[in-house]
Amino acid sequence: MTVSSAVEAIVTSEYEHGFVTEIASDTLPPGLDEGVVRAISARKGEPEFMLDYRLRAFRHWQTMTAPRWAQVHYPPIDFQAISYFSAPKSKDGPKSLDEIDPALLETYTKLGIPIEEQMALSGIAVDAVFDSVSVATTFRTQLAAAGVIFCAISEAVHDHPDLIKQYLGSVVPHTDNFYAALNAAVFSDGTFVYVPKGVRCPMELSTYFRINARNTGQFERTLIIAEAGSYVSYLEGCTAPMRDENQLHAAVVELIAMDDAEIKYSTVQNWYPGDAKGRGGIYNFVTKRGDCRGARSKISWTQVETGSAITWKYPSCLLRGDDSVGEFYSVAVTKGRQQADTGTKMIHLGRNTSSTIVSKGIAAGEGEQTYRGLVRIATKAAGARNHTQCDSLLIGARCAAHTVPYIEVKNPTAQTEHEATTSKISDDQLFYCRSRGLTAEDAVSMIVNGFCKEVFKQLPMEFAVEAQKLLSISLEGAVG
Amino acid sequence: MLSVKGLRAKVGEKEILKGLDLEIGRGEIHAIMGPNGSGKSTLAHVLSGRDGYTVTAGSVTFDGQDLLALAPEERAHLGLFLAFQYPVELPGVNNTYFLKAALNAIRAARGQPELDAVAFMRLMKERLKVLHLDDSLLKRPVNFGFSGGEKKRNEIFQMAMLEPKLAILDETDSGLDIDALRIVADGVNALRNPERSVILVTHYQRLLDYIQPDYVHVLARGQIIRSGGKSLALELEEKGYGWLGIEEAA
Repeated sequence: MTVSSAVEAIVTSEYEHGFVTEIASDTLPPGLDEGVVRAISARKGEPEFMLDYRLRAFRHWQTMTAPRWAQVHYPPIDFQAISYFSAPKSKDGPKSLDEIDPALLETYTKLGIPIEEQMALSGIAVDAVFDSVSVATTFRTQLAAAGVIFCAISEAVHDHPDLIKQYLGSVVPHTDNFYAALNAAVFSDGTFVYVPKGVRCPMELSTYFRINARNTGQFERTLIIAEAGSYVSYLEGCTAPMRDENQLHAAVVELIAMDDAEIKYSTVQNWYPGDAKGRGGIYNFVTKRGDCRGARSKISWTQVETGSAITWKYPSCLLRGDDSVGEFYSVAVTKGRQQADTGTKMIHLGRNTSSTIVSKGIAAGEGEQTYRGLVRIATKAAGARNHTQCDSLLIGARCAAHTVPYIEVKNPTAQTEHEATTSKISDDQLFYCRSRGLTAEDAVSMIVNGFCKEVFKQLPMEFAVEAQKLLSISLEGAVG
Repeated sequence: MLSVKGLRAKVGEKEILKGLDLEIGRGEIHAIMGPNGSGKSTLAHVLSGRDGYTVTAGSVTFDGQDLLALAPEERAHLGLFLAFQYPVELPGVNNTYFLKAALNAIRAARGQPELDAVAFMRLMKERLKVLHLDDSLLKRPVNFGFSGGEKKRNEIFQMAMLEPKLAILDETDSGLDIDALRIVADGVNALRNPERSVILVTHYQRLLDYIQPDYVHVLARGQIIRSGGKSLALELEEKGYGWLGIEEAA
């Protein structure tokens, strides 16, 4: 069975479950129509403006077709076969660790994850309350004192409707693309962050500390607003592989930075890539965009992508404010049957805007990956600068890496640079390391970590250490 | 400590080593000389376990163990070290980090505790001093962008850190000017001790002006065709390989 047909099979099986489910009160039957959108909004007790927003998005979505331009291969998705609202913990989930893919459990053990957490990550209902509950409470108090709002987006809809009305969809409009429209219509939950003027957020914000964030569902929505002169660093994801019954994930992330504000957004994405044959892997189709609205604002994306069966995402920056700065640092690993089409867009609109792109792609096994990047310098963006460094590392003979850079320059004073390399871990390098006493796996992990160093440097300290470990584990057995 | 008996090895279909015998005792320095294409580098690679060579006959024992049955890293754990003719570049991998990982991998395999950063740095400083090297190479990626001389010095430094029982120096003298050659030779001499054996694989006797071997062997057509003391090397220098009825390969 191929990856895609295996995933297809899972979609179909979910369809069956939808009809026989006994917990109808917290799961909607598969299918999507206006009634479903209304039902989602009603279940969340949303105000009128949110329902209107969802309906506008849904109507627009109906006029669109799924994009096929990415260099990834999978059978067409039947959007009517998916359930668009499900309770956080479905009773159809695994009951104990015995039902979980042993390879996944082995990874947990290697990452040193405690057993309760292993269960939670694999989607097993856990009664024990984590220590992090109290940790989270402490953090909330500290954040509130600084005036930072950090909560679930569904809470924000109720508690801060003016901010939601003003900013939701202002960076990624519901008309932006097929999956963004779908997300706007049916988004389940997500994160909301608001940092007031001049405030430096006192800690790294992480969904890990937000209870309920563990199961935000397949259509996550994140909105971060940094007012003038503020700073915030946000960490998304987790190094532990997340198992999820939802196979299609279409998240939308919007960042807004006002004058002199800075947002640093770091992601470690390690969703279940499927078993050895690629079965059960997640499709991750994400729209992430940052808007440098103010002068001298800065948005920096750092991502380490090792999971999912298919990844399709381009965290981008709209550099509107004069002297604003956009950065994109990425490590993407595809192994086994994984496919990734990822990169960034840097849209230079303001004067003297600058952007940096560092993309490191690693392909092993039968992994396929594409870097797709757009650098656009508009007519008015005098003095804009971009530097792009795009490197691919191949491990083995059956993987592939592609680079598709788009560069559009409409201002003669702009400078753009694009550097790209493709290299392979050579037998000579492996033998050299082994002759010094290192195993082939240690050697690969050392060379790969060396290759990714520039990106890891951008991650917050503990995250960087974890990411490094994660990468080594991901590539175990890549050389044989 | 190393005993090679009747060793035959092929690269692809071509037999390169054709029944080679070699005995190396503890603390001895052996020079293996021979014209290009005689099988010198093949011998070094077969001993260190590189892929691409097929051993068809013969045996190699190292400290009583069947060396040919071991993976390259296991040979390193036992105390074998190969200084490469062409040291390989590892972009992005810090030299110090690499050495620490290698040393600790070897220590772990031997059941010794790993060295922490402080102990490692101390050892590194001490070895740099013994070799009269400065620490400029240590902060750079392994061999990346190194000059030929720097690469060879780095190999000798690795040898000093990993403390092998048997070091094989594969044409370490090739491509070095006299100053670099002297630095490398001084390093090898400084690391000489009664517990450490060395095989110097070389085309020219030049290196032997700086490192005194106990034995000299001439390798030709895949076999050791003559063995002797230091004087053999001098004789070769004077008379050329033709003297032993060997034609230099082009």
